[in-house]
Amino acid sequence: MTMATAPEDSRPLRLTVVTAGLTVPSSSRLLADRLAEAVRRDLAEGGREVRVGVVELRDLAVEVANNLVTGFPSPRLAAAVREVTAADGLIAVTPVFSASYSGLFKSFFDVIEPEALAGLPVLVAATGGTARHSLVLEHALRPLFAYLHAIAVPTAVYAASEDWGGGADPFARSLHDRIARAAGELAELMGVRPARQGASGTTLGSDSDSSSDSSSASEPGSRSDSGEPAFVPFEQQLAALKMD
Amino acid sequence: MGSMQFGIFTVGDVTTDPTTGRTPSEAERIRSMTAIALKAEEVGLDVFATGEHHNPPFVPSSPTTMLGWIAARTERLILSTSTTLITTNDPVKIAEDFAMLQHLADGRVDLMLGRGNTGPVYPWFGQDIRQGIPLAVENYALLHKLWREDAVDWAGRFRTPLEGFTSTPRPLDGVPPFVWHGSIRSPEIAEQAAYYGDGFFANNIFWPKEHFRKLIDLYRRRYAHYGHGAPEQAIVGLGGQVFIRRNSQDAVREFRPYFDNAPVYGHGPSLEDFTAQTPLTVGSPQQVIEKTLGFREVFGDYQRQLFLVDHAGLPLKTVLEQLDLLGEVVRELRAEFDKGRPANVPDAPTHAALLARTARTDTREEPVK
Repeated sequence: MTMATAPEDSRPLRLTVVTAGLTVPSSSRLLADRLAEAVRRDLAEGGREVRVGVVELRDLAVEVANNLVTGFPSPRLAAAVREVTAADGLIAVTPVFSASYSGLFKSFFDVIEPEALAGLPVLVAATGGTARHSLVLEHALRPLFAYLHAIAVPTAVYAASEDWGGGADPFARSLHDRIARAAGELAELMGVRPARQGASGTTLGSDSDSSSDSSSASEPGSRSDSGEPAFVPFEQQLAALKMD
Repeated sequence: MGSMQFGIFTVGDVTTDPTTGRTPSEAERIRSMTAIALKAEEVGLDVFATGEHHNPPFVPSSPTTMLGWIAARTERLILSTSTTLITTNDPVKIAEDFAMLQHLADGRVDLMLGRGNTGPVYPWFGQDIRQGIPLAVENYALLHKLWREDAVDWAGRFRTPLEGFTSTPRPLDGVPPFVWHGSIRSPEIAEQAAYYGDGFFANNIFWPKEHFRKLIDLYRRRYAHYGHGAPEQAIVGLGGQVFIRRNSQDAVREFRPYFDNAPVYGHGPSLEDFTAQTPLTVGSPQQVIEKTLGFREVFGDYQRQLFLVDHAGLPLKTVLEQLDLLGEVVRELRAEFDKGRPANVPDAPTHAALLARTARTDTREEPVK
């Protein structure tokens, strides 16, 4: 495959993996790792270095629930959210629970600001006991990321228990092939898209690099990278109301 | 009254005491709120502020009625709100109610404007929540005019037009009540406060400080941009939430069931995590003093500090004991906050100070005319 690399941009790409598997080890994590490795390899072939970060939602389960209750993330959860919102590409893997993504998976994306994933290339994947649930990818995960204005690659990967052994459907593409195809699609999008401006993700996030923001004199009406709140100058707010 | 004002603000919730299962009646809660206000003056606090709500389990739907009652029984206490809904109240009625209160309280009145946090209040009062910011902007523009111009001509998007309307009574001594704009997340409101040179109150009690530092920095910078003074001269108010006992272990033991069941954050993070991540302090007077002095390090020298002390079902007796301890804490805080306070940082706003400033401005401008 030929990668469309921008020669002037050679910084390492950030690939973030979010996995909602609950057992240790989990098949969701297993699938996530194989997807991440395939994306990394594809980009490496195109001369692009990739830094992979993994967010295991199991470790953040209580903090995600606390954020739902209090409205703000703990420092650890804020760091995980930043890992996602600042990524150049995302791999999101959930087990199938009750005909959909797991509640933990959905809750994690619920605490991220709705616009923070806009334009982010994402590969969606799911695991389950039987292949009969595979359309969860199309009726649950894809609409979620469409709402968030993320760009889901065309191939979504579902791994049923039998895919990990010899019981897979001999008339369909193998799991290996599906991983390769989806990874190639994500790698290509990550390689050609301009660098994302790492949005802060949650407006209440405790920024680790906050020492820099008080000194930045940002222009009104624009959102700066340092977490400066975006605002409309007051004269414009007044003018928009057309009062006498 | 010194460089800073200290006081309490109440939500006015009727909440079951989780340690006894007892729920006060509305009548009891209203009497408790007024008793707490009188106690605030007795222990030397400067401000009592009440919330405004239009649904159970909250009682304060009519703040100026309550504040008028308190005004008649106090001498020094400033009566304020936290917040007055600028989105769903008619700005004409706000102008009238608070000017009347100003006269009855000899000027001991200011108010904090906010948009409210209960979605259905908008439709209940015939408004659309999606217009929250435009309502706050337009309604305040009208309120500002009504208090400063004797005959107002007005046409806007949200209320019926006015032709030569005079809001009565006129503000006491021709000085409108000082206005704080309260916000927990909207930079537009910080910008509004900066534009008018009004105060900005960041109700920081439930969230981490980093978020509020950004909002207050924005307000200070835009206050200077609009020519009201240097950034450090902007008028900032902050919230706080405390539970105090002489011995910090006693405070933690007594407050924990109230924390664990509190309507806003209960059944979520631990008391320990929440105190580490937000301004909540549960401990000894010294711990409260240290944490509160720390606010200055983050937000700069400021003018008003309000504490939440009467929520989550705490019984009146406990709250009154809290106020005795808070009175001691505040005496110490006044002395400590005055140390190293730069001379150019303005004192907290009072009617007398605003009147004096108006008089100075008048005499300065007279020769030019």
